[in-house]
Amino acid sequence: MSKVIKVLGTGCPKYQAMIGVVKEVVLKNKIDATIEKVDDIMEIMKYSVMTTPTLVIDEVITIKGRVPSKDEVLALLN
Amino acid sequence: MFNWLQNFSDWLIYEVVGWGANTKLGSAFNFFVYDTLKILILLFFIVFLMGIVNGYFPIEKLKNYLNRKKLYGLEYFFSSIFGAITPFCSCSSVPLFIGFVQGGIPLGVTFSFLITSPLVNEAAIALFLGMFGIKATLIYVISGVLLGTIGGWILGKLNLQPLLSDWVKKLIDTKKHQEIYKEKERTFYQRLPEITRAAWDIVKSVLIYVIIGIAIGATMHSYVPENFFNQYLGGGQWWTVPLAVIFAVPMYANAAGIVPIIQVFVAKGVPLGTAIAFMMATVGLSIPEATLLKKVMSLKLIAIFFGVVTFAILISGYLFNILL
Repeated sequence: MSKVIKVLGTGCPKYQAMIGVVKEVVLKNKIDATIEKVDDIMEIMKYSVMTTPTLVIDEVITIKGRVPSKDEVLALLN
Repeated sequence: MFNWLQNFSDWLIYEVVGWGANTKLGSAFNFFVYDTLKILILLFFIVFLMGIVNGYFPIEKLKNYLNRKKLYGLEYFFSSIFGAITPFCSCSSVPLFIGFVQGGIPLGVTFSFLITSPLVNEAAIALFLGMFGIKATLIYVISGVLLGTIGGWILGKLNLQPLLSDWVKKLIDTKKHQEIYKEKERTFYQRLPEITRAAWDIVKSVLIYVIIGIAIGATMHSYVPENFFNQYLGGGQWWTVPLAVIFAVPMYANAAGIVPIIQVFVAKGVPLGTAIAFMMATVGLSIPEATLLKKVMSLKLIAIFFGVVTFAILISGYLFNILL
């Protein structure tokens, strides 16, 4: 089943960096997933996170407040 | 501590490049090389330390602590301290703000955090340490924390809850649901590479501003006469502090580049209090932050918030000019 990946953030450099890492991992490993950028604060607050950027995979918050490494994202997606 | 670096700069500029120590060109480039290297080393070291703190900081526990305990006014002070030691980038300030308010922390206490968080940050500390030494850095940090404490306390007395955006008020009323969150516990050793990488990323992102700032500073250092500013700005005229604050507001993007320039201003006769007020206004009153806050509060509340912070910065500027 296709995974839904959401990256939550308000447009800061860390948020951009996280999107970059996630995109690269998905493309490189041909993972069946859609990537959604969520930068609306009202949407973000639905997850009640306090630190961004946040990585949400299939509605589960997996990483918050930091930019993960590619290996880490790959491990989370498998 | 940095003697070896001065020796290296002397050797590089005076011996290898061959510009004399008593020429303006030689002294400007010596200043530039020495300061750039010193600041970069300090910046990396401090950002790295803060990265470790940030990785382990129990933000949820802090929230519960501030909420649960009756702290007799000390909660403003604690909240301000936590704002100083947690290095969040400005884009986290809105989710944090909402998280705090939603968790039942009074608005004023939340504001204490929000004021100090950008004011006392790793880049400012590293640059202050490198350019002004440990005493001025301590003064900067302590006054930043006090400013957050007092500013938050004043804001807390003003009954500002009605001025939040409607959707935020609604969010506060609804009971907070537990977030679905699973992150594996990882050892320090596993985290180290990513903390190092993040520290390096931050240093890289401010590098250009630091270099430009030091380049301007180095030029001024050698070409602007001693006590030049003293004639205009050094005599304790009352308007220098507000003027510094007004000039500082649009400077946000270049906060890291500002300190090296301020240092030269101080060396040429501007009082340190005026310089600290300028620095605080640069990082504490930023237009990008106001734009973000616009989403959670009314313009009126932003104006009150910025007004109180400006007032506190002005007071501390005057105070330091008298005390130092």
